[in-house]
Amino acid sequence: MSRAISTELSLDGIQIERHWQELAGRRRAYSWLISICLLATVAGSLWFANESNAGKFFDRLPHFFDFAGDLIPRDGWEVWRALFDLPSPYFDGSLKYDYPEGRVYLFGGFYVPEYFYKMLETLNIAILSTLVGFIFGFLLCFLAARNLVKNRLIRWVVRRYMEILRAFPEIVIAGFFAAILSLGPIPAMFAVGIHTIGALGKLFFEVVENADMKADEGLRAVGANWFERVGFGIVPQVMPNFMSYALLRLEINVRASTIIGAVGGGGIGEELRLSIGRGHQAKTLAIVLLLLATIIAVDQFSAWLRRRLVGNQAFAFGGKLS
Amino acid sequence: MNAISSAAIADFESRYPAVFNPPIWKRFMPLMIGGGIIFYMLYCWWFFSIGTVLASGQWQRAELYARDWVSYAIRTTIRMSPTAMTVSYPRFSELGDNPKPDWMVQAGNNVTVLFGSGKSLDINDQRVIATRGDESLTVLIEADGAKPQGTMPKWATLKEDQVTVDFGFAGQADIIPERVVVSRRFLGWANFVFDTSSPFWNRSFGEVASLIISGERIKPEMSNAALAFNNIWYNSSWQHGDVWTKLMQTIVMAFIGTLLASLVAFPLAFIAARNIMPNFFANQVTKRFFDFLRSVDMLIWALFFTRAFGPGPLAGISAIFFTDTGTLGKVYSETLENIDDKQREGVKSVGASPMNVQRYGVVPQVLPVFASQALYFWESNTRSATIIGAVGAGGIGLKLWEAMRTNTNWHNVAYMVVLILAVIFIFDSISNALRSRLMGKQQH
Repeated sequence: MSRAISTELSLDGIQIERHWQELAGRRRAYSWLISICLLATVAGSLWFANESNAGKFFDRLPHFFDFAGDLIPRDGWEVWRALFDLPSPYFDGSLKYDYPEGRVYLFGGFYVPEYFYKMLETLNIAILSTLVGFIFGFLLCFLAARNLVKNRLIRWVVRRYMEILRAFPEIVIAGFFAAILSLGPIPAMFAVGIHTIGALGKLFFEVVENADMKADEGLRAVGANWFERVGFGIVPQVMPNFMSYALLRLEINVRASTIIGAVGGGGIGEELRLSIGRGHQAKTLAIVLLLLATIIAVDQFSAWLRRRLVGNQAFAFGGKLS
Repeated sequence: MNAISSAAIADFESRYPAVFNPPIWKRFMPLMIGGGIIFYMLYCWWFFSIGTVLASGQWQRAELYARDWVSYAIRTTIRMSPTAMTVSYPRFSELGDNPKPDWMVQAGNNVTVLFGSGKSLDINDQRVIATRGDESLTVLIEADGAKPQGTMPKWATLKEDQVTVDFGFAGQADIIPERVVVSRRFLGWANFVFDTSSPFWNRSFGEVASLIISGERIKPEMSNAALAFNNIWYNSSWQHGDVWTKLMQTIVMAFIGTLLASLVAFPLAFIAARNIMPNFFANQVTKRFFDFLRSVDMLIWALFFTRAFGPGPLAGISAIFFTDTGTLGKVYSETLENIDDKQREGVKSVGASPMNVQRYGVVPQVLPVFASQALYFWESNTRSATIIGAVGAGGIGLKLWEAMRTNTNWHNVAYMVVLILAVIFIFDSISNALRSRLMGKQQH
């Protein structure tokens, strides 16, 4: 696609123009080549995904709308009854409408609705594992920071250790502990917690490496030992950032513990999987509603607190880290 | 160095009262936070009854399972008889149909099992001698049970009529009247390439290579290379074919899901950004739509689509696509709201159409950032795709979960974990390399 070169240009001008056109042409060719490769990969991948799926996309599409239609409960109040474990007028002895069965009685006639209780379980898994991850990540991160530990070997060992903790798929940790402790929330906690140690540890030591070392120098000048230097020179500067990352991690862990719950870790995830699998519309909608509300609440709370702690800088990547 | 006089101290105190005499709540804040954390942990301890669960856990299994990741055991039974000792292996043993291992020495009516480095069992029809280093134990076989002679070393235990001898990692043996059950453990993965039913099994690499290149056809209907590939692909204990197909599904799920999400989020982000689309109503609708997609968790989408499309990668792609359209849309619109307005003004001032203002005034600024963010999510989704696979949304997740639930296939788990880690590592590196080329070294 070379355009005619204007004859009004000088000899040098013509040469420059020709060079520019050559460059532009090459770039265009590369762009085309990359686009074609990408398109071929996408087409191949889509074909492969469709081929290896249990149902084919176009065969299942009409059923998809059937399924979405199946989710509409018999009346508008049914969702609320399912959510708060109130008796249903449609109760016929089946699992579908046995809402009061799941009540968790605390004392007398006072009960916590089943899904609220399960949601609390999932939230507790997330909070506890974030807390454990924070504590261990906090203890490890100073040993991995270049500005605090001069010994390369220690740094290397700690960093690789955190990398392994982070990279190991959560589901394998959950499965391994489930084999020892049997299925339940505790293997889920181990899985989420161990991953959190690695993930937070990495973010933390990067924060520590970027810390201002003047406070540390001052402490060193008056003869403070390593622990005093870290405790009074570094920790006060990095704590707001640490807290902000921990809150971000909490958002992620709420989601992660829901997912691990669905494969056998207990909590709300398992209830959701069972309810969708059995086609209980009102229960499914109630759980989705509760999950949506909880996730939005946790996200908003964490965003508010992070803004107070570190200002707007913590919002660079929209809150997704792994 | 001079000590500070008390007058100077008082002076400091009066000048900075907030530092030296903070309000009480501020002074006890760390203590209260610490107390709160401990209180919360105690509450969780009670809520999940962590103590009971940890105490009733079968921790001795942890070591056995961890061992199974990198090693395999061969079980044999040696039956004692005054005339002929018989050594039998289970069907489908790792050693094939006719095993003759060199650690099992049969001479006359005497069988010796070698466990390496000075550990062995010497068996005939009346007694078993177990040796471990300089200690040895003689067990006489009588009608009513195995009778150990002399003092028992630490590595042997007597339980009713049976003596168990522990050789550590190398294996163990149960001595029962009339038979000895031996479990001999080896480091490594057994029959990783060819299983015992394959004609290439138990041949060296050179032999296999020469068979493939110049050997007679083993099966007349296909070439040796095709046969070898077939045997590897359908290896009955490692299922390479199935594992690799499922791994491919996981990769495809993350790739297509993220790509489609970024393609859909791109135009929507322009509508959501308030400096580009001045219509407040359109901004809010799009932003709330993103929030909805993002907050309905990937798990919920995965379960929905698994129900709708059936288990498989289509469900996984849809789940990643829906969640990440929300997240990427949010991130993109925030990026757009932070762009430099000067370029747009410049393009506008020369009379460009609104479309061209976006094309030449906005897109060149944000495209590298957008691409970098999409790459970041691609990398992160490769991990997520493994997990949502376990609920049925396709990929290697479910296979991994099933292998773990059997409690016996830990070597398969190890194989899949190694593959997943390799894939994550490779994609991490690709994405990091591309991102630092797009954004410059400092910014990602």
